[in-house]
Amino acid sequence: MNMIVTPASPATPNGTTRPQVRIVIVGHVDHGKSTLVGRLLHETGSLPDGKLEMLKAVSARRGMPFEWSFLLDALQTERDQGITIDTTQIRFRTNSRDIVLIDAPGHAEFLRNMITGASQADGAVLIIDALEGVRDQTRRHGYLLHLLGVKQVAVVVNKMDRVDFSADRFNEISDEISAHLQGLGVKPTAVIPISARDGDGVAERTDRIGWYKGPTVVEALDQLEPARPLEALALRLPVQAIYKFDDRRIVAGRIESGSLIAGDEVVIMPAGKIAKIKTVESWPVTPVAGRQGAGRSVGITLDRELFIERGDIIAHTNAAPRETRRLRARIFWLHDKPLAKGDQLLVRCGPKESRATVVAIEKAVDPGELSSVENKAIGRNHVGEIDISLSNPIATDPYTENPRTGRLVIEVSGRIAGGGLVLSVDAGQRAVPVDIVPVESALRLDERSARYRHNGAVVWLTGLPASGKSTLAKALERRLFTNGGSPILLDGDTVRAGLNSDLGFSAADRSENIRRLAEVATHLARNGHIAIVAAVSPAREDRAAARRIADTAFREIHVATPAGICEERDPKGHYKKARAGALASFTGIGNDYETPQAAELVIDTSTRTVADAADEIERMLKTTGVLFDELVDLAANI
Amino acid sequence: MHLLRTDSGADGRDSRPPVSEQIPLGLTAPSMDHLDQLEAQSIYIFREAFGRLKKIALLWSLGKDSNVMIWLARKAFFGRLPFPALHVDTGKKFPEMYRFRDHYGKEWDLDLRVEPCPPIDAVDATLPPAARSAARKTEGLKMALGKFGFDGLIAGIRRDEEATRAKERVFSPRGLEGNWDVRDQPPEFWDHFNASPPQGAHLRIHPILHWTESDIWAYTKRENIPIIPLYLSQNGKRYRSLGDQDITNPVASTASNIDEILIELEQTKVPERAGRALDHETEDAFERLRVAGYL
Repeated sequence: MNMIVTPASPATPNGTTRPQVRIVIVGHVDHGKSTLVGRLLHETGSLPDGKLEMLKAVSARRGMPFEWSFLLDALQTERDQGITIDTTQIRFRTNSRDIVLIDAPGHAEFLRNMITGASQADGAVLIIDALEGVRDQTRRHGYLLHLLGVKQVAVVVNKMDRVDFSADRFNEISDEISAHLQGLGVKPTAVIPISARDGDGVAERTDRIGWYKGPTVVEALDQLEPARPLEALALRLPVQAIYKFDDRRIVAGRIESGSLIAGDEVVIMPAGKIAKIKTVESWPVTPVAGRQGAGRSVGITLDRELFIERGDIIAHTNAAPRETRRLRARIFWLHDKPLAKGDQLLVRCGPKESRATVVAIEKAVDPGELSSVENKAIGRNHVGEIDISLSNPIATDPYTENPRTGRLVIEVSGRIAGGGLVLSVDAGQRAVPVDIVPVESALRLDERSARYRHNGAVVWLTGLPASGKSTLAKALERRLFTNGGSPILLDGDTVRAGLNSDLGFSAADRSENIRRLAEVATHLARNGHIAIVAAVSPAREDRAAARRIADTAFREIHVATPAGICEERDPKGHYKKARAGALASFTGIGNDYETPQAAELVIDTSTRTVADAADEIERMLKTTGVLFDELVDLAANI
Repeated sequence: MHLLRTDSGADGRDSRPPVSEQIPLGLTAPSMDHLDQLEAQSIYIFREAFGRLKKIALLWSLGKDSNVMIWLARKAFFGRLPFPALHVDTGKKFPEMYRFRDHYGKEWDLDLRVEPCPPIDAVDATLPPAARSAARKTEGLKMALGKFGFDGLIAGIRRDEEATRAKERVFSPRGLEGNWDVRDQPPEFWDHFNASPPQGAHLRIHPILHWTESDIWAYTKRENIPIIPLYLSQNGKRYRSLGDQDITNPVASTASNIDEILIELEQTKVPERAGRALDHETEDAFERLRVAGYL
C-alpha cells in the first residue's frame, strides 16, 4: 500500500530545481510524532485522494476514533502494537522545498532505528509533549542529533491543547530545551507551540496561540537548507577498491571533500607515498576531463604503480590527513554489552577498518539523565568519550576539521554497535619525513596472519638478570612455532654481540640499546611475526620509549622473580662477579631496576613451572588479540 | 493555510537564488544535480557490496528499476557487470519482457542466469490468489540461492514504492530461511553497512532504495537507457509497473514518452503499484510476503 506519490524529485521536465531537504522528527515516545506527520501530510495536500476517508472508515470498522497517526501506521504489525517501529520515508512539499520526511521511532528500544533515520537528515524536528515536558528520550535524541552532526533543529511543543495553550508553560519548556541544546552546541532554529491533532501552529497561527509570533512548522521546514557537499575543504578520497578489469589499474572511491583533477600531485595516506593523478576514468565516456568535486564516486589512475589498499586516503600533498594509531572519539553505544576499557573492537573509518583496543573511557553517561552520573563503561544507548588504540595505522581528521572523514563506527561480531566523532588524533612521533620513501612488503598483513593465526606483536620480557626471561622466551618461542606461528627471539645479549656491539652500559647507551631492540622488534611485528624480546631493560623510561615505538603491538611481561632467588640461580656468574666488584653497571644488586607498573602480565618463576608460565603468556596473548583462539576470529581478520 | 503545490510559491518566498548560484565560482567542480547525487550514492553502494561480500548477483526483473540498476553497476565497474544477473522466471512475464531480456542480456554482455520458479501448488495455500502467485518467485529465489550459494543479492526496490519497503536498510540481512526480521534490523548510518551475514544466510543489497519513480524515469531519459515499450501509453493505457501478466494491469494514461510520464507522475495521486493485484488483496498480504523473503 503506497501512501504518498507526490513526486519530490527536482528533476522535473521543466527543469526547475527545488532544494530537497531530508528531515527527521524525533522525540520521546508518545509525544505525537506520528500525529504531526499525519497532519503535515494533510496540510501540505500530500495525501492521495480518498486516503483520509479510507482510514477514517477503517477506524470506524475497528471501533476506534480516528487518529492522524493512523496514516503512518500502515502496517498491520504497527497498528497492533500501537507504536511506530521503524524509519519510513515520506515525501511532501512546502512552498519552496521538497521535503523527505524520515520518521524515527521514539521508543528507547529502537534507538538504532532513530540513529539510522537521523543520520540521513539535513535537519530535525524535536517534538515535546506540553504536558509531560522534556523527558529522558528528548534529551537523548537532542544529544544524538549533535553526535550525528545534524545542525538545524526546530523544536515543537505539541499538545498545547492539553495545557490550555498556556504561554507560560510553553516558555518554561522552551527555556529548558534551548539550554540543553545550546549546551551541546546546537541552536534551535525555532521553538513552536502546536497542537498537531487540531492543527494549531502546524500550517496556521491560530487565535489560540495568538501570543506566538514565530514561524509555523511548515514555515520552519521551508527555511531548512540541504546539506552541501564539502567542496571547500581539503581533498579526501578514501579508497573503496582497486579494479583491474582490463589493462587499467583504477583506484575507485567517493570524494568525501575537496576536489581533484588529472595532473594533481597526491599523497596516499597513511603510507605517505606520492603520485600524480594520470586520468579520471568513467563510463560510457572515458577518460573525463575537468574537475571532480565532493560527492562524486570516481575512479582514477596514477602515474606509477604503488601498493594501495582499500581504506587508504588520497589527499593533496600539502593538506594530508594525519596518520595515527591512536585517537579519541565521542561515541554513542547501541550494543547490549557495555563498552569497557580493554575491549577489543573493529573500528571503521570510511572504508578503512582496523582492529582496536579501548585504552581509556572518559565521560560515560546516559544523555537522557539530567544529572550525569559517570560510569566506567558505556552502556547501551549511552554516550561517552574513549581513547582507542588501533592495530593498523589509519589516516583520519578530527571532525571539527572534516566532518566526513572525522567519524567512525564500531563493529562487534560483524554488527554495527556504535559510532561517533573523532575528537583528536595522536599523530605520535612517526611522521614520515618527505624524502624518505619506505619500501613496503608485497605481502599483506592479513595474508600473513591467516597463515600464522596470529597478529604481529612485540612480547617484551623485562626483569632482573637470572629472573628466567631467556628460559621463558625460549619456551614461548617453541610453543608458538609448534602451533604454526612465526616467533623470533631477540635476546638482549645476543643483539649486543652484533647490531649493538658499538654500545656500552652508560645510561645513554642503554637507552639506545633498547631503542634499537624496539625498532627491530617492531619491524618484525609489523610484518606479522611475534618478536620475543628478552632484555633486563631496567629503566622505566626506556621501556616506555619501546612501548611508544611498538605502540599497540607491545605486550610487556614483568618476570618478577625475587632478587634473592635470581642471585641464588646466577647461571652466568654475573651476581658473583658484581659482588666481587668485577662487574660495573650490573643491574640486580643495587636498587637500579625500576619495576613496571602497568605490565600486561607479571610472572614469578620461583613459584611455577616454565610450562605453566608459558600457558599464562599464551592466554594473555589470546585475550589481547595477538593469538587467534578460534576460527571466527581468523575469519574476521581476513 | 493550504500550501500550493506548484513550483513558484504564492508568497514569493522562493525568490532566493538557487543553491547552485550561491557557490563562488573559480576552482570549483561542476555542481552535482539531484540525479548526479543519486547516481554517486548508488555507485558507492555497488562498490561496497562487490568489495565486502564474497558471491553476489543482481536480481534482474527486466523492469525499469532493475535496468537502471544494471546501468549504475556498469558505471560503478567501468562498463562491466562483474557478477551474474539473475532472472527468477515465473514463466508468466510479457513476451516483450522476454525479448528485452534476450536482446540486452547479450548486448550488455551479462552473465545471465535464468532460474525457474516452482509450480503454484508448492506455495502457501493460505495466501490470497495474487500473493500466492507472487510467492512462487520467493520460492524460486530460495532455490536459486541454494543452488549458487550467493551471500548477497542486489535488488531494485525503492522506499517510495510501498510502505513496507520504506523500512528497509541498504544492506538488509536475511535469516537462514531468507526471511526478513523487520523488528531487529541492525543500525545503518554514515554509509557504513552491515556486511557480515551469518553462515548460510544472505544479505539483500538495495542500491536504489533512495530513488523515486520520477528519479528512475528522469535518469532513464538522461542516460538513454532502453525500456520495454509496455511502459508507454497505447490505446489510453500503460503499465507503470511490470510483473506477471496475470496479476499486473495497466493504468489509464496518455503518456507516450518519458517526458509525458514525468508530467503524469507530477500530477497523479495514484500509487505506482496500483496495477499490482497482490498489493490490494488484504492489508497485510504484502508484508507477509516480504517477511517470508519476497522483494
